[in-house]
Amino acid sequence: MAKDVAVIGVGQTYFVRGYEGSIRELAFEAFREAAQDAGITQKNIGASIFCSAPEYDKQRSPAGVLAEYLGLIPQPTFYIETVCSSSSSGVKVAYSMIKAGLHDVVAVVGFQKMSEITSAESQERMGRGADIQWEAPFGTMMPAYYALYAQAYMAKNGLTLDDLMKVRVKAATYGQINERAVYRKGVKPEDFDPNNPEAKMAGPVASPLRVGDCCANADGASCVILANAEKAKAFSKKPVWIMGIGAASEAVNMAARPDFAKGLSVGYGAAAEAYKMAGVTAKDIKVAEVHDCFTIAEIMAYEGLGFAKPGDGKALIQAKETYKEGRIPVNVDGGLLSKGHPIGATGGSQIRTIVLQLRGEAGPMQVKDPDIGLVHNVGGVGLYGNVTIFGR
Amino acid sequence: MGFEKFGRRSFTAMTKTAKFVDLLAEGKVEGSACKKCGAKFFPPRADCAACFSKEMDWYDVPKKGTLETFTTAQYAPFGFEADPPYTMGVVNFGEGPKLFARLAKDIKIEDIKIGMDVTVRPLKYEDGQISFEIIKA
Ligand SMILES: [Zn+2]
Repeated sequence: MAKDVAVIGVGQTYFVRGYEGSIRELAFEAFREAAQDAGITQKNIGASIFCSAPEYDKQRSPAGVLAEYLGLIPQPTFYIETVCSSSSSGVKVAYSMIKAGLHDVVAVVGFQKMSEITSAESQERMGRGADIQWEAPFGTMMPAYYALYAQAYMAKNGLTLDDLMKVRVKAATYGQINERAVYRKGVKPEDFDPNNPEAKMAGPVASPLRVGDCCANADGASCVILANAEKAKAFSKKPVWIMGIGAASEAVNMAARPDFAKGLSVGYGAAAEAYKMAGVTAKDIKVAEVHDCFTIAEIMAYEGLGFAKPGDGKALIQAKETYKEGRIPVNVDGGLLSKGHPIGATGGSQIRTIVLQLRGEAGPMQVKDPDIGLVHNVGGVGLYGNVTIFGR
Repeated sequence: MGFEKFGRRSFTAMTKTAKFVDLLAEGKVEGSACKKCGAKFFPPRADCAACFSKEMDWYDVPKKGTLETFTTAQYAPFGFEADPPYTMGVVNFGEGPKLFARLAKDIKIEDIKIGMDVTVRPLKYEDGQISFEIIKA
């Protein structure tokens, strides 16, 4: 395993509705935790990268403002954006800068304050994260886009609404034990009962997806601090090494998508590249974080990552193989569904979970002694995909 | 006519493919085809990424296709609040570019099935906006 670039510090705020502070204060919380985790101060950091999806707050060019507030000037800073996968894209850039020898230590801060606008406005922003010229004029939104995949996938592969419900129940199982999750309640099968008007998860959103199939909006920030081998060994008792990084993109317009029943092509493409670079296969992964913005997305991710054969993702959730005690634990921190999805912060939060797992510091969520972990972070409707593999 | 006329609500004022809206007003749903290499595009493009040509012709989208997938939205984003429920879907013509649009309001939601035969027609809204929609073949 190449030991060139390591994660030496991770931080994450509580994911909440209506954070009582501004974006700079939100970002500071995650950065402070990561810096203290790494045992370093700002003077050890050579550059910073800030990541979010634009237009949720009013700040243009947030990198400079946040870098100042975090005490990271006069070092270079800039902004990276790939919507929901922004902060894993930021980590890829940080890795590249360190590997190129430009900097020894780089901080990647993802943040999002979604609660400054209404849910309908948020859907409009996300819809405009797709094709504004040709698709947004039809009134598109994220649940509807993923529902197009769900409808075709379910028809072809025999996946049922019951299987999707099981993904949500799993997420809630771990949201309950993750004190940083926005959704801390349990979810039971009867919460999806379509004949019970009181059932909190059953309401239709975009067929076939229901309220319970959709992730929770949240405010939050994450921070990942990366270092070269020399600094990692100097600062960190438990560096977690980046073994492989893969990334891919796909046509934005649904009219150019090859096969809705197969799932997101970026999942397959990014995974293949990351496995190749890491020199491992799906069988070597002991714990994973996948981009479950919707329940269907987790099933499609199982297949893109090779945890299940194409079309067979349902078998994993039916057999509880992706629970903490299963063959390949997935999203045992509650995932986007229960932990929450503060867009720009999500990738960094997923990475934090895997780093804590590999260090054996994941508390009640700890999987038994994992040595290799994987993060799958998707931007937009499979517009961007990043897969990052970590080893200890 | 500018592109602000396109769709339920347009987010783009100008594009070199704005003639698409004039063609819709004439009753035609057309994509663009590269004069140099023949590549076909829907939605239309002004530039060919396959051969770098900017010489484009218009072509009629096929008359017959099948519904590859669909969803009925019960909620709408900001600016579309008056519309739900509405169904959006993707038409597969067997070859060439697919097409994304809403399904006509007069199709009963319970009648919509993957694989159903469909075609496409222009649509004019009461407020003057111009679009196209998927209908039963
Ligand atoms: Zn051409």
